[in-house]
Amino acid sequence: MTSVLFGKRLGTLAWITAAFMLAAMALVFFYAPEDADQGFRQKIFYVHVPMAIVTLFGFMAAGIFAIKHLRSGDRSWDVRSYVAIHLSIMLGVGVLATGAIWAKTAWGHWWVWEEPVLVSYLIVFLLYCCYQPLRFSIADPERQSRYASVFAITAGAFVPLNFAAVRLAEQYTHPRVLSETGGNMPGDMRVTFLVCIVAMALLFTTLWKLELTNKHTSEQLKRLRRRLEAQT
Amino acid sequence: MIAAAVAILRKDLKVEVRTRESVPAMVLFSVTVFVLFHFGLDRDTLEGDIATGVIWVTLLLAALLGINRLYVAERDQGGFTGIRLAPIDTTALWLAKAAALFIYLVALELVALPAFDLLLLGPGLDGALPELLAVLLLANLGLAAVGALISALAIETRARDLIVPLLLLPLLVPVIIAAAQATEPLLSAGQSPDDLAKWLGFLALYDVVFVLVSIAVFDFLLDD
Repeated sequence: MTSVLFGKRLGTLAWITAAFMLAAMALVFFYAPEDADQGFRQKIFYVHVPMAIVTLFGFMAAGIFAIKHLRSGDRSWDVRSYVAIHLSIMLGVGVLATGAIWAKTAWGHWWVWEEPVLVSYLIVFLLYCCYQPLRFSIADPERQSRYASVFAITAGAFVPLNFAAVRLAEQYTHPRVLSETGGNMPGDMRVTFLVCIVAMALLFTTLWKLELTNKHTSEQLKRLRRRLEAQT
Repeated sequence: MIAAAVAILRKDLKVEVRTRESVPAMVLFSVTVFVLFHFGLDRDTLEGDIATGVIWVTLLLAALLGINRLYVAERDQGGFTGIRLAPIDTTALWLAKAAALFIYLVALELVALPAFDLLLLGPGLDGALPELLAVLLLANLGLAAVGALISALAIETRARDLIVPLLLLPLLVPVIIAAAQATEPLLSAGQSPDDLAKWLGFLALYDVVFVLVSIAVFDFLLDD
């Protein structure tokens, strides 16, 4: 890996993220009005929807990093792609959990097949869960990164197709989440929602950079230790 | 590239005809699964959504058997090295394997569908045959394109037999959704297929996307 300074300005970014997260939470609880027919439970969307959007972008970004990796042969792009997928999977657990909590409070069931966005998300999540088993069952590190990138590109192309298929298959018997929170929201709700998305995106970026720095540092440490052992 | 792909395809078909490794196993598997479903569901005849589910899940699982074995001979007997050394585009290998898989699937369906009709299906296939053929054709194309790519992706891993189904099943969910939605009215007595065009269009879109993705990335799998 080339020596990239992943940790550059990480501290500043972390403070900005913390400020945005705080502002987002304050807006959610004190500024945004309570939804007329959903009541207090609607507030979980301020976590659930931004998290889902950010992870989906994370998966797609991983595909783009993978394209760059295959084009340039620079392994650092593969690490970027890997960390993006890894983080998106972890936040994806949060998306499914918050979705299930909302479904339980709204309809009394932990899981509803009628909700196309949630179902498509589950399929995407299951697919990306196979990324790590695939990656770590290939021994050769160079081949490992190449194969992982091929997977990331294929899966990235799959994400929009899958959402289209599930959505086409639904008969809309229930209100849809996205049109509810996206299309006809009152102004103060929309502001809150946008701040929440920005905060979540910043959180993702901070964690991504932190993990990249961590990986880079431990690799350098290993290299230095090996050199030291060779000398003594 | 086409000439090289045709040569590899002919080699594969000749090997298959002589060893009879994949297709008979797929056929036998699917008929056995029909018998299993007969006892598992405890029904003598099926129709509508249950018939659709049984036929598509069975075809998908039978296809997995063939997909798993697609590149085994190339890896064990030096086929990959040969392709790398030969002055041809390596995408020819993907094209040949996808074509071989497509032919295996057609062979499988030629036996499995009449068997399903005979053993389990209530309403009978005759009325809806042209529509069903169109659905099968497009679904097979998607299966062949994605199967030939994922099989190559998993061939160098330690747990190949596990990785292939794990990766392939979620990737094929859209195919199952579209194929099942298109097939369901065809297998229900007295229903006319209303959204058929929409689902055929979606299957065609899926096929185009994954053929293009495969052509774009396949090179990197053999690039050593």
